Amino acid sequence: MENNKTRKELQVSAIENGTVIDHIPAKSVFQVVKLLGLESCKEQILFGTNLESKKFGKKGIVKVANRFFESDEINKIALAAPSATLIVIRNYKVVEKKKVQIPDHIRKYVRCFNPNCITNHEDIPTKFQVTDKKEIRLRCHYCEKVTDKNNLFFI
Amino acid sequence: MKNKSLVSIDDYTREEQLKILDMAEGFEKKPVQDILKGFVVATLFFEPSTRTRLSFESAASRLGAQVIGFSEASTSSVSKGESLNDTILTVSKYADIIVMRHPREGSARYASEVSPVPVINAGDGANQHPTQTLLDIYSIRKTQGTLNNLQIVFVGDLKYGRTVHSLTFALCNFNATFHLVSPLELKLPSYVKQKIKDNKLEYYQYTDMKEVIPKADILYMTRIQKERFSDPIEYERVKNAYILRNEMLQDAKATMRVLHPLPRVNEIETDVDHNAKAYYFNQAQNGVYVRQALLASILGVI
Repeated sequence: MENNKTRKELQVSAIENGTVIDHIPAKSVFQVVKLLGLESCKEQILFGTNLESKKFGKKGIVKVANRFFESDEINKIALAAPSATLIVIRNYKVVEKKKVQIPDHIRKYVRCFNPNCITNHEDIPTKFQVTDKKEIRLRCHYCEKVTDKNNLFFI
Repeated sequence: MKNKSLVSIDDYTREEQLKILDMAEGFEKKPVQDILKGFVVATLFFEPSTRTRLSFESAASRLGAQVIGFSEASTSSVSKGESLNDTILTVSKYADIIVMRHPREGSARYASEVSPVPVINAGDGANQHPTQTLLDIYSIRKTQGTLNNLQIVFVGDLKYGRTVHSLTFALCNFNATFHLVSPLELKLPSYVKQKIKDNKLEYYQYTDMKEVIPKADILYMTRIQKERFSDPIEYERVKNAYILRNEMLQDAKATMRVLHPLPRVNEIETDVDHNAKAYYFNQAQNGVYVRQALLASILGVI
């Protein structure tokens, strides 16, 4: 267990084993929960939002017991929470800490902003190539139009 | 290119595009052949486009193929609510190749992914129309003897005209110089201009076509649609500046040719039709040869 000083500051209880996703923008916490499909997760989940953060002002945090995410899975949240940190906990100890990364390809969970794109009219999962990770530009595999961060909507 | 769908012009490399043009030359010399006898070509036109459909059907018929299909969605099962997936899967059981025009962008890419037979995109909304681009470069090569180092003048609606965008992309492979004549509201989009810059080529923008005609090897005219203007008065003010009249061709190079994707409304006056520099009806005819080349090569008979 971590020392007492650190524990006192915890605003969301610690978990024994599992994954902590920290530094989520406060407004995106529920989006992250949705993107990871945690609504149907049977394990214990703790989350907090609008917590004080020195770096971000307000932040959110999600702790999922007994779940360890593959990179592909966790990188889904990178568009909603690019600042997020992934912390793997085993036996109350941090065993791994890493930043989420925007993947090269994005499937299913972002809507194409082009109203005339076939994916907005038929039951077709969306597919994008990420052409710019900094500015966030997603090129639709089907209609070839670019969806940028100002037009980003999650399905 | 056997069994390879054609959705975007970029699906074919520069060499593959040239190979299609070479094959099309063969069909121009000998347009009636029996090489597609026993094949069935489906033309699925979810929105009407008489010219493109007839051009494909003419190409298929002259090579001996049978043609099935529909010319608008209301006469197909789409009007009963069938999904695109189901229509494509069903038709692929009846035909060896599918030619599709659809009002939604990306529909052709999707169809090519679900279809077990190859798909040729005959236009997906405002996105791609690669066979138009191939017949344009065929016409340019045929009239100029080369595709390299040409002065290309585009006139009209350069913002919404997908024909112009795709042709620009294709000509970026051939060291073209682009002269872009349009009203300020309808300038070429920045992503297309970026592509020109990425290829270290040059473009010049104009609002008046008179000064640039003498420089042109190809004068590619397009239609300006009234509904593209936010202000109808602005349309009335500029519309006459983008109409080609016969006397404007006096100072043009002798080898210069006028192209237009058709249909024309009033942007080329009919007295131009008799000028030897008018090439747009031959251009439409070339569409048949290029489509013959595509059908034959994708079906693997040449």
